[in-house]
Amino acid sequence: MLEINQLEKSFGDTQVLTSIDLSVKPGELVFVIGPSGSGKSTMLRCCNRLEEPTSGSILLDGEHVTACHGAALDKMRLKIGMVFQGFHLYPHKSVLANVMLAQVKALKRSKPEAKARAMEMLEHVGLAHKADAMPSELSGGQQQRVAIARALALDPKVMLFDEPTSALDPELVGSVLKVMKQLRDEGMTMVVVSHEMDFAREAADRVVFMDGGVVVEAGTPEEIFGSPKSERLRAFLSRLHPSDA
Amino acid sequence: MRFLDTFFDGAVMAKYLPDLLSAIVTTLWLSAIIVVGGLALGLVLACLRTLGRWYLTLPIVAFADIGRALPPLVVILIFYFGLPGLGISLSGPMVLILVLGGVLAAFAEEIFWAGLTSVSKGQWEAGRATGLSFAQTLFEIALPQAIRMGIPPLVNRALAITKMTALGSVIGVKEILAVSSSAQSFSGSATPLTMAALAYLAIFLPVVILSRLLERRYAWAV
Repeated sequence: MLEINQLEKSFGDTQVLTSIDLSVKPGELVFVIGPSGSGKSTMLRCCNRLEEPTSGSILLDGEHVTACHGAALDKMRLKIGMVFQGFHLYPHKSVLANVMLAQVKALKRSKPEAKARAMEMLEHVGLAHKADAMPSELSGGQQQRVAIARALALDPKVMLFDEPTSALDPELVGSVLKVMKQLRDEGMTMVVVSHEMDFAREAADRVVFMDGGVVVEAGTPEEIFGSPKSERLRAFLSRLHPSDA
Repeated sequence: MRFLDTFFDGAVMAKYLPDLLSAIVTTLWLSAIIVVGGLALGLVLACLRTLGRWYLTLPIVAFADIGRALPPLVVILIFYFGLPGLGISLSGPMVLILVLGGVLAAFAEEIFWAGLTSVSKGQWEAGRATGLSFAQTLFEIALPQAIRMGIPPLVNRALAITKMTALGSVIGVKEILAVSSSAQSFSGSATPLTMAALAYLAIFLPVVILSRLLERRYAWAV
């Protein structure tokens, strides 16, 4: 489904990602963990070219994401949904208009069609009753669920989550994770960068541990959390949950 | 009584009212063209500047800086009295429209640009990540937010520039100040100038009030 081959990224002289290889199967939920500055967000942002990879290739369903330019890249991005840490809803548009915009402008759906799809997706994330609200009237958790609906409405093949709950108050995290769990159960292919280890244990098919711009270890949640092989992963996990170590 | 005779002489008012009314019309249409043209040009320039090409940015920034630095009166005099030396003769109203419209465009470009740069990077990323093109993201997402932030300073600038139509009095444009100051010299009474002041108030007070409503209309908490 999504294949990352020998991905490298550097900002000036600073090498941020070094020969990243990662293959995500259809319907799989891959969880990416690692200390801050480990390059996991950059890796994710390379997948839809919000960051331009320095070298390497990324393929979605056999099509080169890394070889697209201009309108072809815009089209490719329709197949790759992204959810940001900071939600980034459009503050001047209603919730409904937020979910409709790219459907109409980029997918060229008719307005009634886009509206029906938007309502369906808002229903899905439990916010159909907020369709006419402005983003500023919503809680952070609600805003993030609208952002998920906005991405889903475009029928992406894969969803990228960049620390989707890091900006949320603790009591609002659950509602967003619940929607993500539901998505996973419906068979959506997902790559999630997050610090929600409990969610990783419960919902991830595979966990990838990154540190210093390289993939240090990858495996099932049981392998990664139960029997970490590398010293770096053990150190990372013990910093997170001193009691578990 | 002396105060009333000086500033509110009924006979003088009656005599010059028709002239003043046609001057008001002149000021109004000049202002309309200058504001619409100046804001539109400023908006186009700010949008071109977002492309980030030096060969666009450089002339735009030069235009905006020079347009904001020069006193409009200087440029008006150069255009009206200097250009005929090159064989280019422009009418008074035309000079006024070009110069004041240009000055407003210079200020408006900076205001729109400031608004565009204050739209967060995340807004752009959200647009592009959902498959919108650069232009679609600019027009659907960034620009509406930039314009909303720019409304108060834009209204101030538009008001300031329309008041400068009074500079047309030095190049023979029959706008409010020109007509009333010639009436003042013919009549020997300050009353026509009072009428000019009242005319300006009648034009601009409603605009100021309208702008307050506009700001409220476009207000949303971010």
